[in-house]
Amino acid sequence: MSATQQSVQEHIPLRHPRLPRWAPVLVGVASLALSGILSLALGWHVVPWVIVALLLYVLILPGWSRVVENPRAAKDRLMTSLVWASLGIALVPLVSLLYKVVAKGLPQIDGNFMTYSMRNIVGPGGGVYHAIIGTLLITLAATIVSVPIGLLTSIYLVEYGSRSRIASWIRFLVDVMTGIPSIVAGLFAYALFVLITGTEGIHLGFGGSIALSLLMVPIVVRSAEEMLKLVPGDLREASYALGVPKWLTIVRVVLPTALPGIVTGVTLAIARVIGETAPLLIIAGFTDSVNTNLFGNAPMETLPVFIYYSYTQPGVDASVGQNYAWGAALVLIVIVMVLNVGARLLGRLFSPKSGH
Amino acid sequence: MSTTAPKTRSPRRRLGDLVFSGTTSGAALIILLALAGVAIFLTAKGVPALKATGDDLSGAKNIVSYTAPLVFGTLWAALLALLIATPLSIGVALAVSHYAPRRIATVLGYLIDLLAAVPSVVYGLWGSLFLAPRLVPSYSWLGDHAHWLPLFSDNSSATGRTIFTAAIVLAIMVLPIITAISREIFAQTPRLNEEAALALGATRWEMVRLSVFPYARSGIVSAVMLGLGRAMGETMAVAMVLSASGVVTFDLNSSTNPSTIAANIALKFADATGLRVNALIFTGLVLFVITFVVNFIARAIVSRADRRLAA
Repeated sequence: MSATQQSVQEHIPLRHPRLPRWAPVLVGVASLALSGILSLALGWHVVPWVIVALLLYVLILPGWSRVVENPRAAKDRLMTSLVWASLGIALVPLVSLLYKVVAKGLPQIDGNFMTYSMRNIVGPGGGVYHAIIGTLLITLAATIVSVPIGLLTSIYLVEYGSRSRIASWIRFLVDVMTGIPSIVAGLFAYALFVLITGTEGIHLGFGGSIALSLLMVPIVVRSAEEMLKLVPGDLREASYALGVPKWLTIVRVVLPTALPGIVTGVTLAIARVIGETAPLLIIAGFTDSVNTNLFGNAPMETLPVFIYYSYTQPGVDASVGQNYAWGAALVLIVIVMVLNVGARLLGRLFSPKSGH
Repeated sequence: MSTTAPKTRSPRRRLGDLVFSGTTSGAALIILLALAGVAIFLTAKGVPALKATGDDLSGAKNIVSYTAPLVFGTLWAALLALLIATPLSIGVALAVSHYAPRRIATVLGYLIDLLAAVPSVVYGLWGSLFLAPRLVPSYSWLGDHAHWLPLFSDNSSATGRTIFTAAIVLAIMVLPIITAISREIFAQTPRLNEEAALALGATRWEMVRLSVFPYARSGIVSAVMLGLGRAMGETMAVAMVLSASGVVTFDLNSSTNPSTIAANIALKFADATGLRVNALIFTGLVLFVITFVVNFIARAIVSRADRRLAA
């Protein structure tokens, strides 16, 4: 740097003084160290150590910035730290939960666990086969019920009633339905089937499917509606211009274009309801045996209900029941994760860009 | 001739269209019927509970005094959960939409979505077997040193399964919902507004405050409302984490806690018979009405704000 440049910079400062780029890192390390010394001296665990380090960081960095830079920059640094801190805090439970489920659940998983039911089993040695069967059957039936209803409704909302009063009311009520608590859906299915069959205390798998459908339909409608809205109007108009009737335009032009998004939405909806516990607890009930009859008046076990009962009624040795619960939780989480990842992969695989 | 050609063709076209549009509006009608059905069936099975007394209501005098403490617990737990989750979610949403580099942001978005994917019963398991025991020291410290505050009791929980633990678990569960909606709306802020703010010399936070938040206000409100609905209706996490005794108290660390409507139903339904079932369904109806009203208000706020933005 030449002497003239330096003298110019001294006389006319073009920039406010700034903290060096590495200031956040330095303050971060310093806060961790300071808090570490404190926690060593006072015998704290990891959690208070990290909390105090975080507090120190949020105090020191903006303080330093206020002295060197200006109050506005200090506020900016404070908010930046808080934003990142909130992200960190939000991820802690996820990591902790996944770690716990894998660590506790993995030792339970073996051929026995996956292929045996709990029939006539007291203590260890049983499995979740009956619960997996029940979960798959009930969710499959729920999907079969809710996908046509949801998809057709979204077509109505986008293609037929888009601006009409009825459509906006339906849209509104579908939004409200997304807020229906799952336990209320279970009570609805229970009340419905009690009124239909006249049997108090009824348990049946299909009731669970109806309850899950009530939760699933709004999700399908909303996601499919978004996808249908994304289809460019030009495509529809081009089809009309060729003399194609409206319904054929929808079936042959609009739906194929929106299909990847719809499949993703449906898969995510399945992932959302497959872990539902409360409605199944009420209408599908609890059993130790395999039951493949969705329509008979007999309880049908599902994975979430299995987890719940293994936890609340663990048997004589509580750890045995809790181990069952952790193992089943791992199975359930793997199913949900596979559905989630699969949904995104499917969406990418069938995306229209790569197709044509 | 030119006038008859469309006439002869149009009926054939209309038939397919009529069938199809009829089917789609029929599907929409089914949804409306289902919603009406929820209200009707719950009312039909809930009304007999109005006659229930004493024995069938865990000792409560009538259905109102049975339901009221549960309503209190539901609202209190949901409020606590939102107090924890709202600032966190807005921070997380900002981190993903405006602070993180794009590639990291996508991964972070997936991670937060994973939080939403975890089934509630697994949260319940984690909350009661892992989280609750670890909070016991804090609760007993608060019980010893802060019981003069109205929020803490000197009778602190030995298991850690308090309303506040339940609220933490609820907060974790509603966080991804609030985050997902806020994130989407933050990302929709007009790029020009943001760049204008930055060009005028605003810091990043000032840019967020001046251009992102005003644009996203109604979206945040609706996100929080949806989170409220979810928190009030959440069943399993509360049923498994909370050690409920059905009292009415604001204490956060006490060993006696209010119960929530949803958790109460889940815990008692399997063993209930006769009028007890009706009583539980009646509380379910109350929960349905409350969540319906909350969602209704949320949508009303949003649509009014949208109109103001459009004007």
